[in-house]
Amino acid sequence: MRSWILTAALLAGLPAHAETPKPGGTLTYMIAADGGPSLDGHKETTYAVLHATAPFYSTLIRVNPDNPSSTDDFVCDLCTEMPQPTDGGLIFRFKIRQGVKFHDGSRLTAHDVAASWRRIVFPPEGVSSAREAVYPMVDKIEDPDDTTVVFKLKYATLSFLPALADPWAFIYSKAVLDKDQHYYERNIMGSGPFKYAGYEIGQAIHGVRNPDYYHPGQPYLDGFNAIFAPKQQTRVDAIRGDRAALEFRGMSPTARDQLTKDLGDKISVQESDWNCGNVFTPNHKRKPFDDVRVRRALFMAVDQWGGAQALQKIAIVRTVGGLVFPGSPLAATKDELSRLPGFHPDIEKSRAEARRLLKEAGAEGLTVEMLNRNVDQPYIIVGTWLVDEFRKIGVTVTQNIVPTGPWLDKMRSGDFQLAMEANCQMVVNPIADVGRYLPHDIYKENFAYHDDAKQVEIYERMLHETDPTKARVLIREYEKQVIDVGAHQLPTLWFYRIVPMRSYVKGWKVSTSHYLNQNLANIWLDR
Amino acid sequence: MSATLIDDPPLPQRSYWKIFARFCQQQPLGTFGLMLVIVMAVVGFSAELIAPYNPTANDFAAMTEPPSWQHLLGTDQFGRDLMSRIIYGARTALIVGLTSAIVGGFSGLILGVGSAYFGGKIDLIVQRLSDIVMAFPLIIMALAVVAIFGPGVQNVILAITIPLIPRCSRVVRSSALTVREMPYVDAARACGFGATRIILRHMVPNVMAPFLIMVTSFVGQAILAEASLSYLGLGVQEPVPAWGLMLQGGAEEYASTAPWIAIFPGLAIMLAVLGINLFGDAMRDALDPKLRER
Repeated sequence: MRSWILTAALLAGLPAHAETPKPGGTLTYMIAADGGPSLDGHKETTYAVLHATAPFYSTLIRVNPDNPSSTDDFVCDLCTEMPQPTDGGLIFRFKIRQGVKFHDGSRLTAHDVAASWRRIVFPPEGVSSAREAVYPMVDKIEDPDDTTVVFKLKYATLSFLPALADPWAFIYSKAVLDKDQHYYERNIMGSGPFKYAGYEIGQAIHGVRNPDYYHPGQPYLDGFNAIFAPKQQTRVDAIRGDRAALEFRGMSPTARDQLTKDLGDKISVQESDWNCGNVFTPNHKRKPFDDVRVRRALFMAVDQWGGAQALQKIAIVRTVGGLVFPGSPLAATKDELSRLPGFHPDIEKSRAEARRLLKEAGAEGLTVEMLNRNVDQPYIIVGTWLVDEFRKIGVTVTQNIVPTGPWLDKMRSGDFQLAMEANCQMVVNPIADVGRYLPHDIYKENFAYHDDAKQVEIYERMLHETDPTKARVLIREYEKQVIDVGAHQLPTLWFYRIVPMRSYVKGWKVSTSHYLNQNLANIWLDR
Repeated sequence: MSATLIDDPPLPQRSYWKIFARFCQQQPLGTFGLMLVIVMAVVGFSAELIAPYNPTANDFAAMTEPPSWQHLLGTDQFGRDLMSRIIYGARTALIVGLTSAIVGGFSGLILGVGSAYFGGKIDLIVQRLSDIVMAFPLIIMALAVVAIFGPGVQNVILAITIPLIPRCSRVVRSSALTVREMPYVDAARACGFGATRIILRHMVPNVMAPFLIMVTSFVGQAILAEASLSYLGLGVQEPVPAWGLMLQGGAEEYASTAPWIAIFPGLAIMLAVLGINLFGDAMRDALDPKLRER
């Protein structure tokens, strides 16, 4: 078992140009969900949208597709050269490629890039930008001419460049946006490696090669078909029968073992730690979850250490961690975590305290519903585990498991008591990443619907802190505020990414995020 | 004439036990079906007393264990005892099956008899509406209802009940049309009885035979529909013990390494539906005078 994992890891580590890419062929891959609520990358947060739409779009910069796990190896996509910041790190001036065309034949200029980024950072009235809160440092975005885009910051921060390599930051046509800011919610029209060829809602999406793509020689594929399938076994069967070559998100260890046993050398596997985890969210606007004692009691019922040992055998989860990606120097140590509710090593003592808190809050024998997503790996598994953990303190939880669209809709409208959601980030950028725990007023895709001025104040200080040691202290304070003092949300086990794929799929490399490296331009088929 | 009637010997009153004994003698397969149904009912409704473990309690020390003395039918991927989940699943199946069949059957009975009795525009409207609902296969209709109202036990019952109503109504109506023309119904009308009294006292009892057969078959259909919806992720949700749900997720993923996760719930569904169908067929044979004479 170990040997093939090592082999796969070694193969994954080889540079992409070790083999000469062969052009041609159509890649069929699976997306582990139903279709997302819209097609707008600026608005959405689920891979169900990104894996379906990223191949159609360009971005300003991106993580190096040949080194996607890197936290600082950024390369240009639409720009011509990575800029050196000026004015003490306050100004980033990008030169934009000439001759790039949108799929409708119109010319892509710096004005399109600036308009797209302004829509993300300063969304106009009625437009929802999921990552608006990630860019509090941006003061202005200017486009003085057809080839230049300038980002002016309010303060220098190390978190800006990684945030700029956001794979969701699709470059849209300014002309289209000027006519209709909501056009991209229902339509696709980009400048990426593939042109839109059709979409059967919630079933499949298709793309064909863009012959005018600006990266020479790419894309290698003639086209792609992406098929939505929320059930893991459907995806496993599709790969086993070669109806699909892979799914990019990740599969459970059981699925990996099944496929490698059945297919031998016809399957290769890439694995990685994953900057992604489930988050348990009580809706603070719903009673009794407006009471911090009830929220804390629920957190204290959860045995994360015991759960990690067991669930990693059956699900795509592995590591116990706090708000920060466990592989980061800014992440909490085991000792630091153990002081937080939901992480106490003595689980019986923790549950006794939870029962006391519930009694004190008058919430004994609580019966509630938890909203969950109909994606088995790992949402339903983690949700089912949590339901049993809550049972141990006398709280009865039923699950309302719904497809991705209604799941997001219900969270966005606040129509739930408890929710199983996810915190999945891209480039490991701890200070920006923990911004997703900010109150809903600031981070629109936070569904705890809480207010916490102290939390916001700590976050502001963190953003301005350039000394990593001091930043680490602040991040602990922030973590304590979110998980303990406010008991706003509880991060559960962090994911572990296992991507089994047909061996003929080449050029793609796993990373710590299933959002990165998904435009398919560098993939080719060796058959 | 009247003297002859008075002199006729009274019909012998047969006890229920005798009727039951005769049914068992004449319908051995139906009796077997009835036994399966009784076992399922007893097991389902006394689950707390019979089940060896809590059906929703995870036991990570016993994940995907094969059948053993500790876990007679093995465990699933969460270490939950399959036997306990099947026992509690019988209750879910019975609740959904019986409720859907009874509510759907009685609603169809009232609609069918009412439609036949009143005739005219009421009959036309009720039957055309029935045509519309019956144009969709049961599972498709149930899927649509669940898609609108969401998953969960109550909504599953609703989803299964709605398509059953016109099916029952149509069969009952055809019998009720014959009954409507009987002299005793005319007599009741001539006596000035209201429509409700005529329908409930004089027509409904005379369409009970086809109605009971329909309701019996509905229980089996409803159990299958519930299992199908749960299997598709649209029925009851984890961790509620339900047979269809047990065939989803882990059962598929571990089919080659832990086949018992799929085999035992599948067997439970098969036995339950087989039992109900055998019993329903026997009921039909017993209640249908033409078949009874053969």
